[in-house]
Amino acid sequence: MQQSLFLRGPSVILRTLLLVVISIVVMVADHRWQHLQTLRGSIETYFVYPLRYVINLPGSFIEWGDEVFSSHQVLLQEKRKLEEQKLRAQVSLQKLSVLEKENERLRKMLSAQTKIGEMVLVAEILSIDLDPYKQQVVLNKGRSNEVYIGQAIIDAWGVMGQVVHLGSHSATALLISDPSHAIPVQVNRSGLRSTAFGMGSSQQLELRYIPHNADIEIGDLIVSSGLGGRFPPNYPVGRIISIERPAGESFATVLAEPVAHLDRSREVLLVWHNPPVKDVLLNQPAEPASIEGAE
Amino acid sequence: MQGKGCFNVVVPTLIVALMLQMWPLPDWLAYLRPDFVTLVLVYWALALPERVGVTVAWVVGLLLDVTHGAILGQHALGLVLVVFIVQLEYQRIRVFSLVQQALAVFVLLMIKQLLVLWVSGLVGQAPPLQYYFLPSLAGALLWPWLFLTLRNLRRKFSLSKSF
Repeated sequence: MQQSLFLRGPSVILRTLLLVVISIVVMVADHRWQHLQTLRGSIETYFVYPLRYVINLPGSFIEWGDEVFSSHQVLLQEKRKLEEQKLRAQVSLQKLSVLEKENERLRKMLSAQTKIGEMVLVAEILSIDLDPYKQQVVLNKGRSNEVYIGQAIIDAWGVMGQVVHLGSHSATALLISDPSHAIPVQVNRSGLRSTAFGMGSSQQLELRYIPHNADIEIGDLIVSSGLGGRFPPNYPVGRIISIERPAGESFATVLAEPVAHLDRSREVLLVWHNPPVKDVLLNQPAEPASIEGAE
Repeated sequence: MQGKGCFNVVVPTLIVALMLQMWPLPDWLAYLRPDFVTLVLVYWALALPERVGVTVAWVVGLLLDVTHGAILGQHALGLVLVVFIVQLEYQRIRVFSLVQQALAVFVLLMIKQLLVLWVSGLVGQAPPLQYYFLPSLAGALLWPWLFLTLRNLRRKFSLSKSF
C-alpha cells in the first residue's frame, strides 16, 4: 500500500463530524429513553465480560488456592464456627417464624395482603475497578440467570443497591451511596418516611425533606419502605449518625451510615420480589395509616 | 505495511490498555490511574494515521463507555475529537522531543477529560473536581515510557518505516 504524505483532508473532517453527531444522538438516546440497553448488553456480553473474567482470574485463583491449601486444623475450626453460627441463626429464625405468622394474622385482620419471603440468588462481586467517581460494582450473574434491570441487591447486613446494566453473564449495579441514587426509606422505630440519597462516599447517606420536629433520633435504624416498588420493603438500609436542625432552614440535615458493607462485601444476594403495591390498593378499605403502623 | 500486521499489534495493545483500565487498584491509586486507552490510541493515531482514525476511536470509545458504566457515547465523543486533532497535527507532533510530546499528550488528555466532564455535567452527574484531572497528569508523565515501549513493539513487527 502506498503511503501518502497527507491524509485526505475533507474526508477526515466529514467523518469526524458524522461521528460527533452519531455520538450525540447515541448519548441522548441512551440517557433520555434507555433505548440502547440491548446494544450495551451485547457489547458487555461479547467484548467486555471476557476481559473482566480474565482480570478477575488472579483473585479467584488466590481464593481457590486458599481453600485448597488451608490446613485440616483451620478447616475444622471454621466448621465449628459455622456450626455455632448456624445454631444461633436457627434459634433466632424460630422466633422469627412465629413473628411472621403473627404478623400475617394481624395483616389478615386488617384485610391487607403482603408476601413475606422473596426469592434470592447469591452473586459474587468481580474484583474490577470502574469509574472511581461512580459507586458501581459488577456482579457475575446476568440475564441468563433471569436478573432484571432495577433488581435490588442486598448483602448479609442490608440493602446495597440495584442493577442498572445487564449482560448475559454479568450485571452492573449502582450502589445506594452513588450521588445519582435515591432509595425510599422509613424509620423503623417511628414509621417516618423519607428518601435516602447517596453522597458519593460509602460511609454516608443523606435523608432529605425531614421537618425539624420529626420523630427521629441518632441511632435509629432506617429500613427500605418498599414505596416505588423497586426495593423489597423492610430491609435495613442504614443507621442515623447525625441530625442537625439549622435555624432558618425548612428541613433538618440528617445523615445516615449504610449498614450494608458497601466497600467490603464480596458475596451479595439478588432479590426477586413482587411489588405488593397493587394488592394493597385492591384489598384495602381501611385507612392507610393503620398498615404503616403495623410494624 | 499490511492490514494483518496492524490487526496483530494494534488490537492486542488496545485490549491490554482496556484491561489496565479495569485492573483493581487501591482506592487512592484509582484516582491517579492514567487513561491507558486514550494514550495507546493517541500513539497509534500518531504512528499509523491512515489506519487508526476517528472510526476506530469511536468504536474503542464505545467499549470504554460500557466498561465505565458511563452514558453510551460519552468517551466515544471525547476519543473521536482527540484523534481528530491528532490527525490534523500528527506531522508536527511526530517531530517533537519526548518532553514536548508529553506536553501535547497532556493537552489531549485534558481535552478528553473536559469533554467527558461536560457531558456528565449536562446530565447532572458532575463528579467532585479536586482530583479529577490527576489522571491527565499521570498520563503525560507515563507517555515517554509508553511511547518507547510501543515504538519498540511497532519496529519489531515492522509496521511502518516513518516515525
